[in-house]
Amino acid sequence: MFGYYIDLAMRSLRRNKALTTLMVLAIALGIGASMTTLTVLHVLSGDPLPGRSGTLYYPQIDPRDNSGLMPGKEPPLQLTEIDGFNLLRAKRADRQALMTGGSVPIQPDSAAIDPFYVEARYTTADFFAMFGAPFRYGGGWDAADDEAKARDVVINSGLNERLFGGANSVGHTLHMAGSLFRIVGVLDHWAPSPHFYDLYTGSYGYTEQVFLPLQTALDMHLAHNGSNDCWGNGTGGVGSIYPSSSCVWMQFWVQLDTPAKAADYKQFLIHYSEQQKALGRFVRAPNVRLRNLMQWLAYWQVVPDDVRLQAGLAFGFLLVCLVNTVGLMLAKFLRRAGELSVRRALGASRRALFAQLLVESGVVGLVGGVGGLLLALLGLWVVRHRPSDYAALARLDPAMLLTTFLLALVASLLAGLLPAWRACQVAPALQLKSN
Amino acid sequence: MSIQIRPILVALRRHKAGTLLIALQIALTLAIVCNALFIIHQRLANMSQASGVDEADVFVITNRWANSDQTTSQIDAQVRADLLALRQLPAVRDATPGSGYPLKGGGWDNYVMLTPEQVQPTTDAAVYTGDEHFIDTLGLKLVAGRNFRPDEVMVMGTQQAITPPSVIVSKALADRLFPGGHALGKSFYSMGPVPTTIVGIVDTLQRQGVDRYAQSHAGQSLIWPLRADDARGIYYIVRAKPGQLAAAMREAPKALLAQNRMRIIDPKDGVQDYATIHHKVYDNDRGMAILMGIICVVLLAITAAGIVGLTSFWVGQRRKQIGVRRALGARQRDILTYFLTENFLISAAGVALGTVLAIVFNLWTVTRFSMAPISMAYVGVGVLVLLLLGQGAVLAPALRASRVSPVEATRGG
Repeated sequence: MFGYYIDLAMRSLRRNKALTTLMVLAIALGIGASMTTLTVLHVLSGDPLPGRSGTLYYPQIDPRDNSGLMPGKEPPLQLTEIDGFNLLRAKRADRQALMTGGSVPIQPDSAAIDPFYVEARYTTADFFAMFGAPFRYGGGWDAADDEAKARDVVINSGLNERLFGGANSVGHTLHMAGSLFRIVGVLDHWAPSPHFYDLYTGSYGYTEQVFLPLQTALDMHLAHNGSNDCWGNGTGGVGSIYPSSSCVWMQFWVQLDTPAKAADYKQFLIHYSEQQKALGRFVRAPNVRLRNLMQWLAYWQVVPDDVRLQAGLAFGFLLVCLVNTVGLMLAKFLRRAGELSVRRALGASRRALFAQLLVESGVVGLVGGVGGLLLALLGLWVVRHRPSDYAALARLDPAMLLTTFLLALVASLLAGLLPAWRACQVAPALQLKSN
Repeated sequence: MSIQIRPILVALRRHKAGTLLIALQIALTLAIVCNALFIIHQRLANMSQASGVDEADVFVITNRWANSDQTTSQIDAQVRADLLALRQLPAVRDATPGSGYPLKGGGWDNYVMLTPEQVQPTTDAAVYTGDEHFIDTLGLKLVAGRNFRPDEVMVMGTQQAITPPSVIVSKALADRLFPGGHALGKSFYSMGPVPTTIVGIVDTLQRQGVDRYAQSHAGQSLIWPLRADDARGIYYIVRAKPGQLAAAMREAPKALLAQNRMRIIDPKDGVQDYATIHHKVYDNDRGMAILMGIICVVLLAITAAGIVGLTSFWVGQRRKQIGVRRALGARQRDILTYFLTENFLISAAGVALGTVLAIVFNLWTVTRFSMAPISMAYVGVGVLVLLLLGQGAVLAPALRASRVSPVEATRGG
């Protein structure tokens, strides 16, 4: 039966090519536009560390004075140096890492290569294990190296390629910021997106090329990249590094394996704030947050407004295309009242007619879906060639591919529902007589 | 000639579904198109803001130090030598050091307060640093007061925060802080307990960023007499002599490297002219405007095609009735008017609903993306466009209908 319906659909669609083309084109344009924007939205709001993100948390506390230079009830988005190290050394979580961003100059051994700057992350030992960063060679450093301000460095695969042609460089030295560092590990390709652990350095398409112990970086007064917010007498501080208790510029992540541990950790943060207030360092009442990774991204509103606006508009666009298709299908089906009446008179049930018409709109939907897919691929190609920082991420994955077809099919079946129902209501006797 | 509205309405009642669909499509199209037009207008307005910079002749060198262990005084000596070398180039008119530059796409900005104990900041200003050559190098227009004196220029080391006693502000900031034009000689506070006194006012000086936060403080900038001797690097802003931009951009990096090789000037974007800077910073705005333009055109085309399709069907369905009317004495013009009027009635209902939808959609963007409320002028333009579009789309099928011969009345079918 289904095959027969398909055959009928194809005949009918061929009969009025202009109308069919218009319907297919409208669905294709609507699907193409919404799938392009939806895919961009999907990749931008994706989980940077699937499987791990549920147990990673970002503690926030409020060390500010009452001057109100940083208005708002929410605690600051980063930690001061003192609080960061206090929380790190408390070791109350399963894993914890304190970090900040920077950039350092590298002087290659070969005189043929000019010195160049690389993006750096200054962090502590647990960073790699906690975030599941994969190593190609070697590994990270340990907590003792942190305290010893060891001149150890982990480099990423890109830098390893550039300097050592991709060979195992563990044990080699790297001349960096005027000091000799020992390479202890080489990362495999690793670029979590969004760059969740420090969104100030750019949310998408940002990767560090070197990772070195935070205390080493502080000891060497290496340059800081990212945001710092200060209050009170925090500004006007002289020296090459920020005041340690009145400027926030560090990020701190913890791994808490169970919800109970997370609840305990939140209590610990409140307790810590009370303790600091008793000591006279904190002025405000305890004001803490413990968001997990995805909550943190949502709170930060990491997806650009323009992208969300575009998605909203594209769905409005799809809606117009659908309404358009409903109208055209209605015209098409009603025009065939005579033919349908003959089928009814010959014994086809209303249900059979309804199914036949839905098959016809389903065919339009499928063809429109294929067209929409091509348009979405074109749209994503255009997005990739735009200079935005998320350009490289705009690719269709299998899940979105399936969504495209489902959307097209559901959309066109919905569009066919009303016209098919209306067309089935024709009274065969009346139609046959008038013809 | 009386337009027969009643018979049209009676006829439309027999095509409820089709009528509603066309009206709905027109309503949705109107809602999207006038919001898209509004977004286009806003983005174009952003892009056409004057930066205040002599963009034809100015370029920026991003100079990073290769040896990060220099002391501030070593860096300062190098910066002074670099500036001297740059200013001596034949194609160069002037040069200044800087910690940022207009339209950089983000950078240093400070809260500004009128009293030191104030809890809520008065406003926010983009902070520029430079020496006594800053104003001439950027081609800014000094509208009141004076330029910095060479002895006022202070040295600012890495990540050091200094509040110099004198400041030059943009007119926008001066008017925001001291409405009434009495800003000259007044003082304010900016992230510190030390006041800074306005010695000069420049006409237009756009901020470093162009995002929404910057737009809400548009044009509010201050210049401090500082040489930002940061261990990481420095920007040299250079103004070429008229017509010698290309030559100056070629010579300048060479002159710097001849001074000292321990620096990194990226071969790709280490030296950028203002055309490039301007183009880059507004990329998002331009992309959004183009996208909205495409959406408008495609939507209008689809809606027009839909109207043509459905009206053609109606004409085909009513050939016999049209023939009867013609046989009873209706002129071709009457038939044409009938279909045009019918479309106008449907479109009018559509745009009425569409106006409501447009405002709802705009409210969504206002609450979700804190955009500006839409001006009614855009809705008005949208309404006009859609009414005309409807009439245009219905014209071809209506003409075909008007040519139906009275003989059709006698035919069966």
